[in-house]
Amino acid sequence: MPPSTDRPRAQKVPLRPGDRIFSGASTGAGVLILVVLAGVAAFLIVEAWPSLTAPAEDIPGGEGVAVYVWPLLFGTLISAIFALLIASPLAVAIALFVTYYSPRRIAQVLGYLIDLLAAVPSIIYGLWGFTVLAPLTVEPANWLSENLGFIPLFAGPPSATGRTMLVAIIVLAVMILPIITAVVREAFRQTPRLHEEASLALGATRWEMIRMAALPFGRSSIVGASMLGLGRALGETMAVAIVLSVSGGVTFNLISSANPSTIAANIALQFPESSGIAVNTLIASGLVLFAITLAVNMAARAVINRRKEFSGAN
Amino acid sequence: MKRTTLGRVLALPAAAALTFGLVACGSANEQGDNTGGSGEGSGLSGTISGAGASSQEAAQQAWQAGFIGQNPDVTVNYDPIGSGGGREQFVSGGSDFGGTDAYLDDEELAKAKERCGELVEIPTYVSPIAVIFKLDGVDQLNLKPATIAKIFNQQITKWNDPAIAADNPGVQLPDTAITPVNRSDESGTTENFVEYLKATAAADWPHEVSGDWPVQGGEAAQGTSGVVQAVSNGNGTIGYADASQAGELSTAKVGVGDQFVEYSPEAAAAVLDVSKRHEGRGQYSYAYDLARDTTEAGTYPIVLVSYGIACANYDNAEKAELVKSYFNYIISAEGQKASADAAGSAPISDQLRQQIKPAVDAISAAG
Amino acid sequence: MPTPTTSKSPESDLYTPLSGVPLTAGQLPRGAAPLTLLVVALAAVGFWQFADWSVAACAVLGALVYTLLIYTWSRIVEGSRKATDRFVTAVVTCAFLLALLPLVSVVVTVLSNGLARFDTEFFSYSMRGIVGEGGGAYHAIMGTLIITALATLISVPVGLLTAIYLVEYGRGKLAKAITFFVDVMTGIPSIVAGLFAYALFALIFGPGVRMGIMGAVALSVLMIPVVVRSTEEMLKLVPNELREASYALAVPKWRTITKVVLPTALAGIATGVTLAIARVIGETAPLLITVGITSSDNFNPFDGRMATLSVFSYYEYVNPGVPPQFSLDRAWAAALTLIIIVMVLNLIARLISRLFAPKTRG
Repeated sequence: MPPSTDRPRAQKVPLRPGDRIFSGASTGAGVLILVVLAGVAAFLIVEAWPSLTAPAEDIPGGEGVAVYVWPLLFGTLISAIFALLIASPLAVAIALFVTYYSPRRIAQVLGYLIDLLAAVPSIIYGLWGFTVLAPLTVEPANWLSENLGFIPLFAGPPSATGRTMLVAIIVLAVMILPIITAVVREAFRQTPRLHEEASLALGATRWEMIRMAALPFGRSSIVGASMLGLGRALGETMAVAIVLSVSGGVTFNLISSANPSTIAANIALQFPESSGIAVNTLIASGLVLFAITLAVNMAARAVINRRKEFSGAN
Repeated sequence: MKRTTLGRVLALPAAAALTFGLVACGSANEQGDNTGGSGEGSGLSGTISGAGASSQEAAQQAWQAGFIGQNPDVTVNYDPIGSGGGREQFVSGGSDFGGTDAYLDDEELAKAKERCGELVEIPTYVSPIAVIFKLDGVDQLNLKPATIAKIFNQQITKWNDPAIAADNPGVQLPDTAITPVNRSDESGTTENFVEYLKATAAADWPHEVSGDWPVQGGEAAQGTSGVVQAVSNGNGTIGYADASQAGELSTAKVGVGDQFVEYSPEAAAAVLDVSKRHEGRGQYSYAYDLARDTTEAGTYPIVLVSYGIACANYDNAEKAELVKSYFNYIISAEGQKASADAAGSAPISDQLRQQIKPAVDAISAAG
Repeated sequence: MPTPTTSKSPESDLYTPLSGVPLTAGQLPRGAAPLTLLVVALAAVGFWQFADWSVAACAVLGALVYTLLIYTWSRIVEGSRKATDRFVTAVVTCAFLLALLPLVSVVVTVLSNGLARFDTEFFSYSMRGIVGEGGGAYHAIMGTLIITALATLISVPVGLLTAIYLVEYGRGKLAKAITFFVDVMTGIPSIVAGLFAYALFALIFGPGVRMGIMGAVALSVLMIPVVVRSTEEMLKLVPNELREASYALAVPKWRTITKVVLPTALAGIATGVTLAIARVIGETAPLLITVGITSSDNFNPFDGRMATLSVFSYYEYVNPGVPPQFSLDRAWAAALTLIIIVMVLNLIARLISRLFAPKTRG
């Protein structure tokens, strides 16, 4: 919130050159951001245009852009959404633990550790998923397909190497966990102390205090953080490219080796060896990804805006 | 609040300056380059940059090391961005030389001639592609082309299939499911492998030839190392990869005519000698249509031939001289041995070297 | 942290029912929860050791058993409200521990693989003229530092000024638009940022151009929104009274911002900037497209390819030489170096926070 100086009187004060330069520079910086974003959007549209207008046979796969992008879109959504479903409850649990359950000293160290993990390069998560996590899931996947095979998610046949959508989802969840946690933790930290103490004084158990004071206060932050995590999961490139075995169309089956790729990973995998219209098609898929992120952010903003602004500036 | 900022604010740039101060010194192995180089320095100096096929990267590193050893003042860069990108950059003038797993198509060739006058296009890197597999209890396999095609097309799904058993008398084949592993990224390795299947087993391989793997539902992994890792992680897995990276994995013998041939550098290089040069692309273009379906004894037909591309005419005399010497080094026996040691490639034969030498010598700045 | 006050030992007459309702309920003995956890954990370890189960299965089973045990016990002794509380405590704790497993595993993996080549040669050599064994990542470390520093130089002024605009000046449609699009910008996939920077420079310098500064621009696109968001939050936390006091003394607005608002928020801003750096320093995809790779030293970001740790690590992993082990060792060591750099940055951020923290706040 901007400082609530008395506007009418402030306007009578003559603008000093320093003020003019400073406000000009800061406005300029804001506009620059808009220009850059417009540039990104324009670049995507211009580069994607040839593939949108080209005859369907010229597009890789031979059936047009929509058919080319659809499985990728599906893979992107399914991996990101499942990752979010796993990560956000866990993130809230971690944030609760760090804020309300762990001893203060430990909480600080944990907070530091989580900040650190938010910054571990994605390629490292990819290598970890490939070399450590994937082999571990082979046996559980076999068990799942034998015992729960009637659920479409676990239909099998299970992959022999473990590089499945399930592993990609787990890797993505692990990657976005620290990001969501960091934001949610911040929100819980800002829960008004008086609310907490009042509910405890009224005899609430710790959980009741959290449920009645902390969670309502942090709800919009949790949603916002989840959207942030979803955005990150949607756009994740290298980790998915390394971990996921991509060779199939649209399927809900999480444990086979035939999985749809994701948009970002597909760009990374195909871009180096592509030329001509194939590049345009890849960028068109990037445009789709951009549009989804835009939509996710709009949704998040809408949710966050419902919460009143709490800030030091009254 | 009052005595705050200045000193503290200055601390940040100071820290940054410190970082940049460190930048001033180079890495330990580059410090002595100018003085410590061999006395017979060729007088060459400058930088050339190439870009292209990632398959060549290990070889390019070996060539750079050898070439820099002879010419300490030279820097050669190679950016393994991929064949497609490499060709595109080369024809548009973005790089001094290129590396590509497939020769230029007609459109690119026309553009390249616009840039270069004549295009110099020579096979520099020949690498056998091995069919690697991991199957507990089995470490030797003979596979006919049709069998390989059926396995990768997922028509043969069990290791004890009669088609496999027929070629492998005496081998105890288990009742394990076959997991074929392919590249998930578009690659020259895939294109060459698929081209081989199409040429030798067209009936069992109905797919088109491209760098993209055409069959859905198999296991896919990124890059040669990804495929090797995926095959090693599983059981009953089979894949294709640059033979040099096969490591501990078993490799199948491939049916050529009536025999089964194990991959070897000599057998791989032999394919080029029985293949036909693609005519009509200019006098310095040595593009080959590989004889995949050869029945010649002792040839291993699943090879990746990667080309080095350069201009016959450069604007800049220094660049021309550098590229020419670099390419001369690459095709020399010494250079080919260096790449064979470092990347496991098959050295080109003397006969081929004689043929392509004039093309390299034609690189100049005239024009 | 407010702690619930433990009730004094109840006097006997409190046990007498008051119209049938007891005033106190039973309580689990002190330390019941940790002890149960310990017992269950020991049992789980036993299962893992002797029944030959996988670690993850044991951990999950242990967590389930503990949760059930403590819930039932509490339910019987303490009643449903307390039981629910204990149940949630158990769930939260277990979830926390479970979530820690993969994160710890990542760190352990990087450490165990990366330490093999964590020697002086790795930090003093480049890859120029190196085939097979040896070589190092000095050129890549420097490249990463230079490019990240440049990205910071671009992003911090732009981000800071934008945040100042949003908090101090911005009103109306423009401010709303900027706030919204900054959010959108946080969602730009990194590879799209790379493609954008590449297209931008290719337009000016022709195709195939590779420069360190391109990477810095691509990283800035990713970094600016993070800087704006964190700075904005911090500026909002500056109490309005400070501003008003300054205006009351006839200090111009821009001097108020530079002399009062920014110093007060500096600690938070520094932390935010450092976290933003940490966020982009490990990016691979955009650098792959814009900066390329070289095996020699190149510390001039305006001329040609540079090496960066993340790209170096990626290529060493994807295109290893023969035998592959040397390259893989270098890849992991580079990854470990990257994590350590990030860790040091985080420590610096903490340090700055402490140094700059205004004395006004307890």
